[in-house]
Amino acid sequence: MSPASAATTGAARVELDVNGSVADVRAGLSTTLLTVLRDDLHLTAAKRGCNQGVCGACTVEIDGVPMRACLSLAHGCVDRPVRTLEGMLETPRMQALQRAFAVSGAFQCGFCTPGVLVAAHALLASDPDPDEAAIRRALSGNLCRCTGYARIVAAVRSAASSLAAPANQASA
Amino acid sequence: MSALAGTAVGLSVPQLEGDDKLCGSAQYIADLHRPGMLHGAILQSPHAHARIRGYDLSAARALPGVRAIITGDDLDEQHRMGAFIKDEPAFAKGKVRYVGEIVAAVAAESEAIARAATQLIRVDYEELPAVVDPAAALAPDAPLVHEGSAQYIKVFDAGTDGNLCSRTEFTSGDVDAAWAGCDTVVEATYTTQAQAHVSLEPVGALAEIDAGGRITLWSANQSVFRVQASVCESLGLPMTKLRCLTPRVGAGFGNKMEAHVQPAVVLLAMKARRTVRMILSREEDFETVRARHPFSIRIKTGARRDGTLVAREIEVLLDGGAYGDDSPGVLGYALLMQCGPYRIPHVRARGRVAYTNKLRFGAFRGFGVPQVTFAAESQLDELAEQIGIDRIALRRRNMLVPGDPWFGGQAIRSNGLAECLDIVERESRWREPVAAPTPDAPSGQRLRRGRGIALSAHISGLLASGAIVRLLEDGSVLLNTGAVDIGQGSNTVLTQICAEALQLPVDRVAIASPDTDGSPYNWGTTASRVTYVTGRSVVGAAAEIEKKLKAHAGEMLECGVDDLELLPGGKVAVKGVAQKSVSFADISGRAHWAAGGPLIGTHSWVFDQKTFDPKRAVALGLPFAQIGIFSFNALVVEVELDEATGQVRVVGAWSACDIGRAINPMLASGQIEGAFVQGMGYALVEEMVWDGARLANPSLMDYKIPTMGELPETLRAYLIESDEPSGPFGAKSVGELGINGVAAAIANAIADAAGVRLRQLPMTGERVLRGLLESAAAS
Repeated sequence: MSPASAATTGAARVELDVNGSVADVRAGLSTTLLTVLRDDLHLTAAKRGCNQGVCGACTVEIDGVPMRACLSLAHGCVDRPVRTLEGMLETPRMQALQRAFAVSGAFQCGFCTPGVLVAAHALLASDPDPDEAAIRRALSGNLCRCTGYARIVAAVRSAASSLAAPANQASA
Repeated sequence: MSALAGTAVGLSVPQLEGDDKLCGSAQYIADLHRPGMLHGAILQSPHAHARIRGYDLSAARALPGVRAIITGDDLDEQHRMGAFIKDEPAFAKGKVRYVGEIVAAVAAESEAIARAATQLIRVDYEELPAVVDPAAALAPDAPLVHEGSAQYIKVFDAGTDGNLCSRTEFTSGDVDAAWAGCDTVVEATYTTQAQAHVSLEPVGALAEIDAGGRITLWSANQSVFRVQASVCESLGLPMTKLRCLTPRVGAGFGNKMEAHVQPAVVLLAMKARRTVRMILSREEDFETVRARHPFSIRIKTGARRDGTLVAREIEVLLDGGAYGDDSPGVLGYALLMQCGPYRIPHVRARGRVAYTNKLRFGAFRGFGVPQVTFAAESQLDELAEQIGIDRIALRRRNMLVPGDPWFGGQAIRSNGLAECLDIVERESRWREPVAAPTPDAPSGQRLRRGRGIALSAHISGLLASGAIVRLLEDGSVLLNTGAVDIGQGSNTVLTQICAEALQLPVDRVAIASPDTDGSPYNWGTTASRVTYVTGRSVVGAAAEIEKKLKAHAGEMLECGVDDLELLPGGKVAVKGVAQKSVSFADISGRAHWAAGGPLIGTHSWVFDQKTFDPKRAVALGLPFAQIGIFSFNALVVEVELDEATGQVRVVGAWSACDIGRAINPMLASGQIEGAFVQGMGYALVEEMVWDGARLANPSLMDYKIPTMGELPETLRAYLIESDEPSGPFGAKSVGELGINGVAAAIANAIADAAGVRLRQLPMTGERVLRGLLESAAAS
């Protein structure tokens, strides 16, 4: 039924709220949220780059806060809404970020990108007009080996200003 | 805007895969899932060097859910792979040669079961003495990493003997006599470390076998054709039995060019008769794949008192690790590039690669040039200081100008180096004093600032490429090249080239995913070659389509083909009479249903310009007889150094690259910026550390790469367009160039800031501090 996580000893049923839907899976007590998302729910935007909480490629929102899915236990997410990049695609904030990332060239291979976008989405939620220092602070836990980061900083700033523009304020 | 203001070339088109990547729906190897798929896991060697006496698989086999186990007993002795020396089995056979080498692999119903089963495999090892230092490996009585290495099949005169993996020597002029004509001679030894690629995506592969035994293999790779060749060589399979494909690739930087787990995954699928996917963990990826070569470099340069360079002698020793892999190529290329973009009439360049009991070292962005450039450009600053001449003036006096050949004699047809140097000198405000450091902290620490410069070059080139351009029924175009986009954006760039050649908007051209069944051969996404080498094939194949389009149009419009021209938007018209035209759709309809058949344009070629002119230089053990054309870089960095801690922070970087023409300026700049930050990590922090024979820091917790926090306040890329006559729309490539001078420029900036010359990478706070203390003690 859920081959990846159920194989772990002590698999037990767990009900999670993922992207607004109820996900009913079996997971071992040591099974991470990342394993459930990727292997059971086939939500593969969150990537496994290090499985150690360093690279940030697995960043998702838990209870509205960006977290490492590879360090979060599935059983620890009961009653805590989980939102992955797949669940944010319709927000004006995410769409502004996506547009800015595309035209700024703020991604190359794209493997770290979902994690970066989720972290940036959370940043803009708490600080709609972050300066460069704030962006660097908020995203310094997301490793990227391709871009050299400058275009990511520029894209986040550009998304923030496009959201602040009068035309967008009504819809945002 | 350039003179050529067409439909596609020169535009900063966003990556074609952007929507997929930005929605998280782009599929990488670990995202692929096939019905009935098994999961693979590897068992790694705990020993640096040991004979394998046998395996006990009984406990592993007994674990429920295990479907196949492979060991060296499933491999035969004569099938070995290797780009230059056929010295490497699919995985360990007979003995293990490094800690972390793949010894066995398991396919099971889940990854957890597969991993558990690998721990139940008992391997009977007879430990052998190991050698981990390359100089010690070349001593007469050193333990042999390979017995009978001289007998391996080689693709060039490698000189392999015992632990000597390969040797190369280039000479021009008379270096021994030339020293007498030098007023100043500087000599020093530089050492560089192993750097890990750290593509954010760990390697993996997925193999599916059909009932007839034919295998389809997806993997994280830089060349589906190299994957096919490596798997078939190491397993003794005919190429007709293996089809190789690629999903999106989470970056490569050289790590995914040659084989990693693909041979083991294919063998598991063959043995299980089931589909198998295996994804390595980050730690396994660090320990088993490959890394940048550590170099030891003795370098000596002589000049006249006016700063004219006269002679260079360089001797390098590379740690090759347990298998040849790309090492002979890295050595040969490093020796070809060590002069940098300068005229030095008398040169002797020698080097050796030693086999050691470490993981293999191989291709990594720069391919040996960052190492020799660190030594050579540091030495030019020392030479300038001793002569008492300005650092930039010394470089201007000696740098290659249009008309000068490269070291060895190959002609250079486009050279924008002077413009690169001018722009970074101006934009970095080199002639103005450095800005005052940020104010001293209360602790009394002292901050110092300095600037450094380095010039470097790189090739765009190597080997074979092809392209097929097909006109679809509706008049749009499908391009197929077999070149893997590893994230840098080559699909976008090749599509732009094709669109431009046919005067179409970019959205009328689709690009096929590489497939060894359906794509023309492409050696790979490596050697900064795709824009230049594959781009030329795209232009050639598009030209053939244009010819066929005109033949049809001539018949349809009843005129001669010489009277026809392409119009933007997919039309062929009588020259100067735009209204007398036929559309690509009309022509394609006619071709498909009435006359001539579907329109297909093809092109293939192999880079064939000779590297060495025997009248100018002598080469022994040359791994690439025909290597590529040359691109140029000038780089200025500004650093801030903390005298209390030795920590160095890059404040600004100005990097100008002569890339012929920027097909896509945004993507080209992205390559330069990314290369700079990767080079900054190499220069300042990144180092794989061995505790004896065991890698001590195989994780991102212990192996640090730059984060956004270390991004310089200023990071500028400048694109210089020198218009390469042989390039597609004048283009050369840009993938590697930007990393070559970074460590050297930072070392020169540190020397400028604090008077400390560091000759060992990385230049960690501890090493800088030690240098400061030693120089204080000496004065």
